[in-house]
Amino acid sequence: MLGELGQFCLIAALLLAVCLGIVPLWGAQRRDSALVGTATPLTWGLFLFTFTAFILLTIAFVQNDFSLSYVAHQSNSLLPLGYRISAVWGGHEGSLLLWVLMLTMWAVAVTIFSRSLPPTFRARVLAVIGMVSTGFLLFTIFTSNPFGRLLPAAADGSDLNPLLQDPGLIIHPPMLYTGYVGFAIAFAFAIAALLEGKIDRQWVRWSRPWTLAAWSFLTAGIALGSWWAYYELGWGGWWFWDPVENASFMPWLAGTALIHSQAVTEKRGAFINWTLLLAILSFSLSLLGTFLVRSGVLTSVHAFAADPTRGIFILIFLGVVVGGALLLYTFRAPRLPTGTAFGWLSRETLLLVNNVFFACALGMVLLGTLYPLIADALNLGKISVGPPYFSLLFTLLMAPIVLIVPFGPFSRWKSDSWAHLKKELLPTAVISIGLGLLAMWMLGGSGVRAVMGWIGATWLILGSLLYLVRQIKGRRRLPPRSEIGMILAHMGIGIYLIGVSVVETSGLERDLRLAPGESTQLAEYSFRFDGTAPAQGPNFIAEQGSVVVSKDGRDITTLQPEKRRYLATGMVMTEASIDPGLSRDLYVALGESLDADGAWSLRIYVKPFVRWIWLGAIFMLVGGFIAAADRRYKQVSIAADDTIKSDKKAAEPGLATAESL
Amino acid sequence: MTPTRKRRLFAVLFVLLGVGTATGMLVYALSDNALFFYTPTKMAEEQVAAGTKFRLGGMVLPGSVKRDTQSLGVHFVITDNDAEQDVFYEGILPDLFREGQGVIASGILRPDGKFEATQVLAKHDENYMPPEVADALREAGHELPTEPGV
Repeated sequence: MLGELGQFCLIAALLLAVCLGIVPLWGAQRRDSALVGTATPLTWGLFLFTFTAFILLTIAFVQNDFSLSYVAHQSNSLLPLGYRISAVWGGHEGSLLLWVLMLTMWAVAVTIFSRSLPPTFRARVLAVIGMVSTGFLLFTIFTSNPFGRLLPAAADGSDLNPLLQDPGLIIHPPMLYTGYVGFAIAFAFAIAALLEGKIDRQWVRWSRPWTLAAWSFLTAGIALGSWWAYYELGWGGWWFWDPVENASFMPWLAGTALIHSQAVTEKRGAFINWTLLLAILSFSLSLLGTFLVRSGVLTSVHAFAADPTRGIFILIFLGVVVGGALLLYTFRAPRLPTGTAFGWLSRETLLLVNNVFFACALGMVLLGTLYPLIADALNLGKISVGPPYFSLLFTLLMAPIVLIVPFGPFSRWKSDSWAHLKKELLPTAVISIGLGLLAMWMLGGSGVRAVMGWIGATWLILGSLLYLVRQIKGRRRLPPRSEIGMILAHMGIGIYLIGVSVVETSGLERDLRLAPGESTQLAEYSFRFDGTAPAQGPNFIAEQGSVVVSKDGRDITTLQPEKRRYLATGMVMTEASIDPGLSRDLYVALGESLDADGAWSLRIYVKPFVRWIWLGAIFMLVGGFIAAADRRYKQVSIAADDTIKSDKKAAEPGLATAESL
Repeated sequence: MTPTRKRRLFAVLFVLLGVGTATGMLVYALSDNALFFYTPTKMAEEQVAAGTKFRLGGMVLPGSVKRDTQSLGVHFVITDNDAEQDVFYEGILPDLFREGQGVIASGILRPDGKFEATQVLAKHDENYMPPEVADALREAGHELPTEPGV
C-alpha cells in the first residue's frame, strides 16, 4: 500500500513538473497573468508530492518494509533507527529522490524569498526548475524507482553498506545535494534571463544570493565528505583525488569562479557573457558529476550500481540541458551588453585573473578525471591518473590566487595604480613573511611547501583582517554582510592552507606490528598497545584494541580502535580511533591480527593541524551564507533601472574599450 | 598600429602564452602520472620491463598469501587464471583483501621479476569486482561469480 502511494506521489509530481515546465513559460510569452500565476501553486504542489513520496519511503525504512526492493537492499532489521533513516539516501534510488526533493525545496524557497521579482521573470525561473525536475522525475520513475516491489518480500534486508553507517554520512549527502541542486537555481535564473531577452545587472543581483547559498552548501558537503573519508576509511587521508571527489569538486570550482564573476557583473556590468556561461557550466558540471557517479563508469564506493540505461539516460539529459542552454545562449549572445571598460590594473582585472585560474583548475581536474574514460574508449589501454598529477597542478594553479586575493578587496573598480596597492599592502606583505616564518618555526611544518604555505596563509589572513579594520575605521561601523562574508571566506583559505601545509609536510605515519605490551614512539608521543578484547555493537561484533598514548611519561588518552564484523553482510570494517585537537590529531587504526599471541598490525598517525583543513572550510561556508544574507539582495525593486546603458555613458575613453553593443 | 590594437595584440599573445604553458604542463604532468593497468597475461604480452610503474589487477590466488613473521611484509600471487604474477607488499592490507578476491595493486616491477606494490586496493564491497579485473577475466573467457540478487 505504502509503495503504491509513493508511486502515485511520484507520478503526480511528474505531471505537475511537466505543467510547471510549460504553462508559466507559455503565460510569460503571451503576457497572460493568469497563466503566469500558476507557477507558484504548481511549485508548491510539486514540492508537496515529492516530499510525501520521500516521507513514505522513510516510513518504509523505519518500519522495515522489506517488500520494497530498495529497502530490502539498503537496510536490515538490526540497523539502528538513525541509520535506517539515513539509509533512505544510502543507495542510488533514494539519493535520486533526495536530489529531486532538494530541487523542489529550492524552488519553494524561490517562491518565498523572491516575491519581489517581476512575476514573468519568476515564472520563467520556476518553469526552468520544472523542466529540470521533469527530467529527474522521469529518470527516477523509469530507471531508478525506489518503490519497486520485491516479490516475494525478503525476510530481512541485506543491510546498509557498513561504511555508510556513520553520523557523517547522515548529513554529507543532503548537504552535497543541496549544493549541487542549488546551482540549478543559478542556472534557472540565467536561462530565465536569456528567455526574457532583457539581460541587465538586475538579474545578477537577483541570482547572487542563491548562488552564494548553493556554493556554501556545496562547500559544506565536500568538507563533510572529506572529514568522513578521514576518519571512516581508516587511511587518515583527507582528499584522494578520487573521481567521485572530483565530480563534486568541479562544480565547486566553477561555482567559485561564478560568484566572483557575478560580483563584476553586478557592480560593473562587465563579464555578462562569462557569468551566463559559468552559471550554465556550474549546473552542467553538477549533472556531469551525477552522471559520472551514477552511471557506474567510475569505480568507487559511490558507484552504487552499474546499470547502463541509467548512464545513457543521464547522458541524454545532460545533452538536452547543456545543448539547449548553449543554443539559447548562442541566439542571445550577439544582443548581450558587454558592460563598461576597465583598466589593466583594476578590481575587474584581478577578478578576471581569479576566473582564469579557476577555469584552468577546472579544466585540469576535468581532463584528469575524464582522460582514463577517453583513453579506454579509444582503446589506448586502461589508464588511471594518479593524485600527483592533480596535487602538483592544483598547487601551481592556486599559488597565484593566494598571491592576489588580498589585493582584490583593496583594489578599485575600473582603474587602480600600483602605488596605491603598494601603499596599502606592502607593510602587510613584509609582516606576513616574518610572521609566517615565525609561526612555522613555533607551530610546525617543514620544507619549501610549508614555508610557502605559512607565508601564504599569513598573507591571506592578515590582508583580510587589515581590510576589515580599514572598513570599520572608514565607516565607523561594520561593513555590509557581503563584505564580512568575503573577509571570512578569504581567511578560510588561509586557515585551510595552514592545515594542508603542516599536515602534508610534518604529519607522521607508521604502520607496524605490535604485540600486547609493546610500544612505539612517534614524535613526542608514546603509543602502548594493550591488546584487544571482543566487543559487541547493535549489528556488529568487534575486536576492540586499546592503545595508551603518553607524552613525557604522562598518559594523555586511551584510544580504542575497532575491527568490526557486520553480521548481515559479514563485511569487515576498520573503525579508527582519534584523539582530536586543534594543534594535532592522534589517530590509531587496527590492521589485522597477526598471530595467536595477540599481535596486531597497527596504523599510527600523528596529524598536526589537520582540523584546520575543515576549519577553513567552515570559515568559507559561513562567509558564503553571511554574504548571501546581505541586505541589498532584499531591496529588489522592479523599478530599479541601473542597467548597463546608464553606465555606458560613464565609461571613460582611453581605457581598454569593450566592444560596443 | 593604434594603441587599442597593440593592446589587443599583447592580450592575444599573453593568452596564447598562458594557454601554451598550461597545456605543456598539463600534458607533462599527465604523461608522468598516468599509470597503465595490466593483468598478468597482458604483462607477458606487452613484455613489461623491470622498473616500470603500473597497476596490476586480478584475483589473489587461493593459498598463495604468505606473511613474514617479523615484519608487515606479505607475499601473494595475482592471477587472471591464465598467467600469474608474484607480488610483495609491506604494510597493512585493506579489510577486504582475501584469497580469491579481485584486487588492484599499484607499484613497480623489480629486476627479479617480482612486483613490489606500494598500494593494494580491494574495494569497499564484499561482492565488488573492479571493472578492469572483471573485463580482464571476461576476456580470458572465464565465468564471473554472479552478484547475488543485487
